[in-house]
Amino acid sequence: MFPGRVGLAAGILTVAALSMWRCAGTRHEPKVVGLETLQSIIASPGQEVLVINFWATWCAPCVKEMPLLEELGKNRDDVRVILVSMDLDLDPDPAKVISFAEAKHIKSRIFILDAGDPNEWINKIDSSWSGALPATLFVDGRTGRRLLIEKELHKGDLEELITRVQSDPEIVL
Amino acid sequence: MKKLIVLCLAVLLVAFSPANKGYEVGDKVTDFKLKNVDGKMVSLADYKDAKGFIVIFDCNTCPVSKAYNDRIIGLNEKYASKGYPVVAINPNSPEVSAGDSFDEMVRYARKKGYEFAYLYDESQEVIRRFGPTNTPHVFVLTRSGSDVKVAYIGAIDDNTRDASAATKRYVEAAVDELIAGKPVTTTRTKAVGCGVKLKSA
Repeated sequence: MFPGRVGLAAGILTVAALSMWRCAGTRHEPKVVGLETLQSIIASPGQEVLVINFWATWCAPCVKEMPLLEELGKNRDDVRVILVSMDLDLDPDPAKVISFAEAKHIKSRIFILDAGDPNEWINKIDSSWSGALPATLFVDGRTGRRLLIEKELHKGDLEELITRVQSDPEIVL
Repeated sequence: MKKLIVLCLAVLLVAFSPANKGYEVGDKVTDFKLKNVDGKMVSLADYKDAKGFIVIFDCNTCPVSKAYNDRIIGLNEKYASKGYPVVAINPNSPEVSAGDSFDEMVRYARKKGYEFAYLYDESQEVIRRFGPTNTPHVFVLTRSGSDVKVAYIGAIDDNTRDASAATKRYVEAAVDELIAGKPVTTTRTKAVGCGVKLKSA
């Protein structure tokens, strides 16, 4: 009887802990990745819409729009938000990105791109991207359609751009 | 409903499409007249002895611009006497980026001891004509008679964080080739930079 109760209590505690963990969201430590890893993520969006935001801790409009991306990732099961930091371009130490993510409680997955000369890789990510920050790439997993936007996003923009990347090309054109 | 969707998408298309693609390599450049940080108006035609120009869209506030500041001063030191002076233009509207106002430009140029023009484009007409996307963004121009043409568009070099570690100095290579009377080998490059902050049209 007694071990059963312990088991039950442990079970309840586990469920409670798990649900608390789920509510808090899964937090990942920002990870330094090379170009090939990033390219393979972009190339395999699954059935979701991938929203890949290129940013840096030093980019004021990027930091300003980040809560909108966080909100999007939290609210939509059909969307996967990935934040790709360009910080290493200016500072070889990823510590700044890691402490930024902690301080701001960022839930979206953060990758820190380590790829050397931007002139060699910007076009490999998207040839329509100039390299300016912030920039956001939308990839619709179902159709493979892509859209790169190079400007600061405001409330409602993300949802509208997702609709646009998902919609019939005939309607858009 | 379908009409409404089409309308919404049309509005989106306008809202998110790039305003202007700007000059391409080989395009003829129209001269301009813009206010310098010393209060005087500056045109390309004022530079009687110039064989060309290193036009750099640059600002006071962007960390990438700051990282390149000494290199920009260095480009002017190296090439002004060879007929290719630096002409810096601030593309950011103070309505969007308060630190990029004309007064702040004056202060910044004084602090850094700029010996080249640092121009303010209040109407942003010249900015839209060139179409820089980020700061710092370079347009190397070459002049023959009264014709000024774009010879190179892009980054200063391939290493933002460390000038001494740069292995490809794109602007220097382009200007050296022009001075030697050769065609420019690398005419377009890209770099990570701060998006240009235009005022809403």
